[in-house]
Amino acid sequence: MALQHFTEESFDKALSQPGLLVADFWAEWCGPCRMLGPVVEQLAADYDGKAVIGKINVDDEPELAQRYGIMSIPTVMFFKDGQEIDKKIGVMPPQEFTKIIDANI
Amino acid sequence: MKYDVIVLGGGPAGLAAAVAARCRGKTALVVGNRWQDSPLAKAEKIDNYLGLPGRTGYELLAEFQKHAEDAGVEFVTGRAISLMAWDGFTVTVGADLYQGGALIMAPGVVRQAKFPGEAEYLGRGVSYCATCDGMLYRGKDVVVVGRTADAPEEAKYLKSIGCAVTYTAQKRPDELPEDIPFVAASKVEVRGGQTVASVLLDGTEVPCACAFILRASLAPTDLLPALETEGGYIKVDRAMKTSVEGVFACGDCTGTPLQVAKAVGEGHVAGLSACEYLDKQSK
Repeated sequence: MALQHFTEESFDKALSQPGLLVADFWAEWCGPCRMLGPVVEQLAADYDGKAVIGKINVDDEPELAQRYGIMSIPTVMFFKDGQEIDKKIGVMPPQEFTKIIDANI
Repeated sequence: MKYDVIVLGGGPAGLAAAVAARCRGKTALVVGNRWQDSPLAKAEKIDNYLGLPGRTGYELLAEFQKHAEDAGVEFVTGRAISLMAWDGFTVTVGADLYQGGALIMAPGVVRQAKFPGEAEYLGRGVSYCATCDGMLYRGKDVVVVGRTADAPEEAKYLKSIGCAVTYTAQKRPDELPEDIPFVAASKVEVRGGQTVASVLLDGTEVPCACAFILRASLAPTDLLPALETEGGYIKVDRAMKTSVEGVFACGDCTGTPLQVAKAVGEGHVAGLSACEYLDKQSK
């Protein structure tokens, strides 16, 4: 499954499934978010079938941003079997994300 | 936009690096604040720059700037707020992205230490980027800690999108609109629980959900944590290479003496080294 673009509904559905879920909170007007975009796309391709990786636009889905107390974007959150396991705030190289993903799939 | 070389910092080191790159036929982009706002522009007299004695800092900078422009160096005014080393280098300035094959750090020295609580609450109510995070604080109290010439602009922007802005600096800037409350303070401390709850401005507590701390530039290690430093300066070798491949550094950020002549020399070397790196990459 390639990169997902979550709505609140599709996100909650993905969250109810077992396995690893990675969500990148972003917005169009946020330069650093757009910088991280290709990295997240690459992760989605690399971990196709092993983890569900998607983006959440905080303008379109403010309820999700509120629910997880997003105070700075980009924020990438990691969930395993529906539970939050980690959170990375800001731009960082792909290895920072793959470390967490590899340890949890 | 994709460039061969991206230079962070438009002082003597950065401009010398960009000119050296242009002389080797590379495209070069300099990201920096307005050169007129640099501390060097306020220097009354510089007497030790070879061949051009007695100039003011302003005069020297104006000549350096013109030289770089004539050489075809491109410029973007603003602060690099984030940086990513992946598939070359990408730099964010406001909402815009710029890509480069090699990166040269020439930001000068960041003279301000971090405020108490600043690092602890970064991303949890401390932000360096009004454009990025402003929208998340619409309808909330925010404090702008202005330490740069364009901070009043950012405060205006935050107000325009619906943040309740208080501005703090040592002195009220002329550009700050009357309807933005101002607190004169030099000591800043960020406080809170899980997230920011207030800032302490010379002992006076101002409640807020976010403190936007706006300095002239981010510390190089905030932009690129993998950079090795020594005694607060970026570690480089004789070719001005840093510990990160494809990243070079020059000028005051590499250490003393903090002089124009040394900055220009190092900038030149860094520019040439960046070109060499790019040529090797393309082989």
